[in-house]
Amino acid sequence: MALHRLSLRLRPTVTHVRSLHSGGCRQQQEAVAVDSEPEPFSVFRTRESDPACHSEKHLGQYYTLPSAHIRTLFPSGLPWRYQQQVKTFNEACIMVRQPSLEVISYLKKTDYSKPALRYLFYGQKGTGKTISLCHTVHFCYTQGWLVLHIPDAHQWVKNCKELLPSSYNASRFDQPLQATTWLRNFRLTNERFLSKIKTKHRYMWTKREFTEEGSLLGELVDQGISRVKSSSDVVGAVMKELRLQSGQPGSDFRLAVAVDGVNGLWGRSTIKKEDKSAVDPEELTLIYNLRKLMRNDWTGGAIIATLSQTGSLYTPKSAYLPQELLGERGFDSMDPFIPVSVPNYSEKEFESCYLYYMDRHWLQHPQSRTEEGKKELVFLSNRNPSMLDRICGFL
Amino acid sequence: NLAAAGPEKFTLEYIQKQVEEYEIGKRHLANMMGEDSENFTQEDIDLFDFIYLFFLLKQICFYFQHPDEIFPKQRAVQWGADGRPFHFLFYTGKQSYYSLMHDLYGKILKIEKHQDRLRAKGLFSQDAQLISLGPSRWLTKEELELLLVETISTHDYDRFIKLMERMLAMPYSSTEEEFVQRYRRQLEAQSMKQMMPPLEKDENGVAFSTAEGRRKTSDSSVILRDCGSGHITINGQDYLQYFPVLQDREQLMFPLQFMGVLGRFNLECTVSGGGRSSQAGALRLAISRALLSFLSEGDGEAMRQAGLLTPDPRVRERKKPGQEGARRKFTWKKR
Repeated sequence: MALHRLSLRLRPTVTHVRSLHSGGCRQQQEAVAVDSEPEPFSVFRTRESDPACHSEKHLGQYYTLPSAHIRTLFPSGLPWRYQQQVKTFNEACIMVRQPSLEVISYLKKTDYSKPALRYLFYGQKGTGKTISLCHTVHFCYTQGWLVLHIPDAHQWVKNCKELLPSSYNASRFDQPLQATTWLRNFRLTNERFLSKIKTKHRYMWTKREFTEEGSLLGELVDQGISRVKSSSDVVGAVMKELRLQSGQPGSDFRLAVAVDGVNGLWGRSTIKKEDKSAVDPEELTLIYNLRKLMRNDWTGGAIIATLSQTGSLYTPKSAYLPQELLGERGFDSMDPFIPVSVPNYSEKEFESCYLYYMDRHWLQHPQSRTEEGKKELVFLSNRNPSMLDRICGFL
Repeated sequence: NLAAAGPEKFTLEYIQKQVEEYEIGKRHLANMMGEDSENFTQEDIDLFDFIYLFFLLKQICFYFQHPDEIFPKQRAVQWGADGRPFHFLFYTGKQSYYSLMHDLYGKILKIEKHQDRLRAKGLFSQDAQLISLGPSRWLTKEELELLLVETISTHDYDRFIKLMERMLAMPYSSTEEEFVQRYRRQLEAQSMKQMMPPLEKDENGVAFSTAEGRRKTSDSSVILRDCGSGHITINGQDYLQYFPVLQDREQLMFPLQFMGVLGRFNLECTVSGGGRSSQAGALRLAISRALLSFLSEGDGEAMRQAGLLTPDPRVRERKKPGQEGARRKFTWKKR
C-alpha cells in the first residue's frame, strides 16, 4: 500500500528527528534534511504534543507524551498493559482519536460559570476508553487545571484489606489504605496548587487535632497521609473544599474530575462486614464523598468518566451501554450526561497502529509485514485495540 | 408366528401354510379395496400404511410380505425316501459350491471350444468382445453364502473369484455375460463432484450462498454474502465477543485465508450445541462449503485436499463398564 511505502521513504527522517526529540537510544542516522514545518512529517506520527492543538488533521496519528508529565499525571492512571508498552518502547504514544478530540473541543468551548458538564466514555471491551480519558486528562493538565483523577473506582469497592468504622459518621466505613494511596498520587499530580488553595472550613480530626480555617490544601493532604486513620475523611474534606471553591470568583483554577470505572460507584461491592453481610457502596466514606462530587451542583470545571465492565462486579460480560452498567440509581444520578461512544479502530486508525508497531520493530514475524498478514490481523482482532495489542505481542 | 431372530428351523409344511395364508390375505385385501384380486402385487400392498392394514385385517401383521422374504432360506431335504441324495455332489459336503465351480469350469470349456471353432474358421481375433461389466463388484463372501444357502471358507471364495477372473480375461467371454452378472452387484456411481450450495442473489443484487456444517454435537449454518466488507456476526453477536479465544477465531479464518478472500465476504452465522471448539469446527466446515460456490473447480479441489471439506467423524467415545472412562481403566491393584 502507498502508506507503507511512504513510511519507508520517510523512516530516516523519523529517526533523525526523534533522536532530537527524546534522546532515546537509537543509532544515529546520517543527517537528513528535516522538514521544518510543524505539520505531521509521517503518516502515523505527529510532532504536536500539546493536546490543545490537536485537531481533525491529527486524527489517527500518534503523539508523544512528555515523560515528565507521565510521572506526575499518571502515577497509576494508565492501564497495566499500556504501562508495559511504555516501558518497552521507551516512549508513551497515544493515538489521537475522535471521542477524546470531541470532548476536548467541548471543554474548550464550555462556559465555566454554568454547572459542570458530565462526559461519559462508553464502548465495548478494549476499545480505548481509559486511554481516551487519559488523553483528555492530559489536555486538562496542560491547560493548568487541577486534576482529580481516580484511576479505578472499582478498586475502592473490592479487595479491601482494612475496613474501619468511620469516626465522622458511625454508619459508614473507612478505607485507610486506598485513601492514603490516592492522597499521595493527588499530591504528586497537583503540586503547584497545594500551596495556593486555602481551606474555607475548620476540620476536627480528633479531640486534639484539627485544621484551622484558611490553612493550605497541602497541609490538609499531609495531615491525611501522616494520620492514616483519618485519611478517608481527609479525602472527603479535600473533595468538599475543591467543589466549593472552584467556580468562585476568587479562585483561579478549574477542576477536572476524572473517574475511571464510574459504574462501580453505584454497583455492588464484595467487601463484607464482620458478620459476613455485604457492604453497600453507600456505606463507604470514599464512595459517598465521590458521589457527592459527581453531582453537577458546582461550577467551574468538568467531570469526565468512563464505564468499565472489566473490573465491575456482578455485571454480565456483554453489558457495555450506560443504562446496563450504571443501573437505575447510577443513571438517575448521572443524568443528564453527554455520552461519548468509543468504537473499534477505523481503517485509517488501524493502519496507523500497524505502522507504529512496524516502526517500533514490534512485529517480528516476516509474514506480518505482508499484505496478507495485515488482513489476517484485521480479521483476528476485528480492529479492537486491546485484542490487536495482545496478538501483536507474540508476533 | 413371524420370522424369529436366530436360526430356527421351519418345516416345509409350515412355510407352505404361511404362503397359502399370505395369498388368501392378499385376495381379501384386494376385495376390500375393490382392486383386481388376480393381479394384486406386493408393490400395491406396500402402498398401504401398516396401521391401516391392522384395522382392515383385524390382526397384527407388521409385515405384509411374501413368506420367502421373511423366513430365511433353508435347505429342503436333500435326499429322497429311499435315502439316496438328489444331487450328485452331495457327498462333497458343499454341494452347491462345488456344483457352481463345476458349472463355471464347464462354461470356460465352452468358451475355449468356441475359440477353437473360430480359429478353425480363421475369424479369431485376440482383443474382441471382452465383457463390459460396468461399475459393479463381485459378490461378497456373505452374499455368496446366502445365495448358496451353505457356508464356504475364505479359501473356497478366493478360488471362486480367481476362476471368474480367469474366465473374464479370456476373449469371447461375453457369451456368458448373463451368467457372470448373476454374481456381481452394481455400485452406485460415486460422483467425485462436491455438493456445491447454489449461488443465489438477494434483493440488493448481492450474491450469497448458504451452507451447513456439523462437528461433534454442534450444528451451524452460514450465509456468505459477497459484499466486500469482512463483517462477521454469530448468533447476532460480534464474533470477537462470541469467541474470545484466539484459536476459535483462527479456525474461522482458515478457509478464507487459504483462498485469499479475507476481506471480501460478509458472514452471518448461527451455531448451537457443543462446546466452543466444536462450534468453531462446525462453522469452519460450513464456511468452506459455502465458499465452494464462489470459487473455481481447482480451488474447490485444493480445499478438499487441505481437508477443509471433510466433516470430522470423531465423536465422544462411550464409557465402558468396568473402566473409568472410554479408555482409562481403574487403578490396577496388585492385591
